[in-house]
Amino acid sequence: MTEKSENVEKVEKVEKSEETEKTVKHTTVPMVKAEGVHKSFGHVEVLKGIDLEVKTGEVFCLIGPSGSGKSTFLRCINHLEKINAGRLYVDGELVGYRQKGDKLYELKDSEVALKRRDIGMVFQRFNLFPHMTALENVIEAPIQVKGTSRAQARERAMQLLERVGLADKAGNYPSQLSGGQQQRVAIARALAMDPKLMLFDEPTSALDPELVGDVLDVMRDLAESGMTMIVVTHEMGFAREVGDSLVFMDGGVVVESGNPRDVLTDPQHERTQAFLSKVL
Amino acid sequence: MTVDIDKTTGPADTPPAGPEAIKAIPVRHYGRYVSAVVALALLGGVIYAFSQGRINWGAIPDYFFNDRILGGVGNTLLLTVLSMLIGIVGGILLAVMRLSKNPVTSSIAWFYIWFFRGTPVLVQLIVWFNLGLVFEYINLGPIYRDEWSDFMTPFLTVLLGLGLNEAAYMAEICRAGLLAVDEGQTEAAHALGMSHAKTLRRIVIPQAMRVIVPPTGNEVINMLKTTSLVSVVQYSELFRVAQDIGQTSGAPAEMLFLAAAWYLLLTSVFSVGQYYLERYYARGSSRSLPPTPFQKIKANMLSLGRPKGGMA
Repeated sequence: MTEKSENVEKVEKVEKSEETEKTVKHTTVPMVKAEGVHKSFGHVEVLKGIDLEVKTGEVFCLIGPSGSGKSTFLRCINHLEKINAGRLYVDGELVGYRQKGDKLYELKDSEVALKRRDIGMVFQRFNLFPHMTALENVIEAPIQVKGTSRAQARERAMQLLERVGLADKAGNYPSQLSGGQQQRVAIARALAMDPKLMLFDEPTSALDPELVGDVLDVMRDLAESGMTMIVVTHEMGFAREVGDSLVFMDGGVVVESGNPRDVLTDPQHERTQAFLSKVL
Repeated sequence: MTVDIDKTTGPADTPPAGPEAIKAIPVRHYGRYVSAVVALALLGGVIYAFSQGRINWGAIPDYFFNDRILGGVGNTLLLTVLSMLIGIVGGILLAVMRLSKNPVTSSIAWFYIWFFRGTPVLVQLIVWFNLGLVFEYINLGPIYRDEWSDFMTPFLTVLLGLGLNEAAYMAEICRAGLLAVDEGQTEAAHALGMSHAKTLRRIVIPQAMRVIVPPTGNEVINMLKTTSLVSVVQYSELFRVAQDIGQTSGAPAEMLFLAAAWYLLLTSVFSVGQYYLERYYARGSSRSLPPTPFQKIKANMLSLGRPKGGMA
């Protein structure tokens, strides 16, 4: 019965009323689904056919050597990069395109922006807005994009800054914060849009080793609250402890995937073994 | 910040524990004294030469606050401010157009900049003045209709001439500023769901201002002086008024010095304004804001009395 309804759901999804769509989504539709995703920059093919599924509520870790395409794949999910082939779905909807019959139509910039609201992203280099204080960074998008009132946005932002342990730094500019503090503000900024999915692009790679722990604590707390998270990381300890699934990528393909504890302790593939022996 | 540190290390009567502070005789810079004396002597010589010239210096204070001169100063200021306004708004618009992905808008911007940068502003002014040869009437349908010569007053001529020319230069300055903002900023704003326009307005332009303001200050000062060119199209700004008075009063050279003094005064005022504007846009880019001139003087006065610490 479930199989049948799933098929029907896929075919008739467009016509279905929102209510039924939502109830089905929670049970069957994965948060992110990639089918044969390819991406090239000029002549260089960075992703050579990625297939994977991220379930709602899970912490999904992407590991692999530099240049393996993990960050590129992450950026495809919120359409910062356009994919060249394959299909990529977030919450059951195509990323960047609309399908009518067997034709694909590019989405307008405004439609892409609308979808990005629901996807938070945390960058390796933080990318906080340097001309705004921590608080202003957090309230900017809710006010400008969602039209939240200033008072409401402030209240919510203070809660979020409290949650990442930086309520006392609300009035500081990014240049007055340490790297770890900046990254935690960046997480609060992404959370302020109430996303259903959070993307982390090597969030601790640009940090002093001492500051990594604070950021990972915030991420762990977020994972426990049930947020769906895709984390590109080199922190194997975090992946093992917090991750629900793990994918090892190399050369633009998924080499191995599974439960983080299994993959990290007992890798099956030769390439994974070689990588992990150097990292662990 | 320095004040805080001064407070802790400053009082000489309670020396900090540990090794005694170094008291060494500083290096004497004799070259500085010599060069100062030479420069002052040269300056004195130049001033003396001018004072002995056949120039009636008394005429300058007599006319400095003359009503016509003040009117000319007002017109010069008005023209500078308005044409810079056209230049800045137009420049930002052109820069955004030039950087846009739309090939039509970027070509238009490219052509505009090519044309207005490539022809002398004096020629442009005279062409604007004589545009009545091409257009006899101005006809905006039901909104406005008039003879061209009535519509195109000298003021509008020079305003358009200077403003549109300035926009071409400002466009390049703005483009440099927009390109200087890290691409990660745009990405972060887009990832939050902000539109292109909002990203530009809220995130990119405020940061580009840091790069844009210093050369724009330069442009303002340049514009203030360039307004003297419009005397060729019968607009009575400072330079033209000074020339007119010079001819009627029989003191042409004196009036030129007077005009120069006014220009110098106005550019000095603009420079101070620029400093504060730069300070405003520097917020967030450094840990503490640079001091205002007043704060700097105060700090210098305070530090004169005591030996310099490591932070000074």
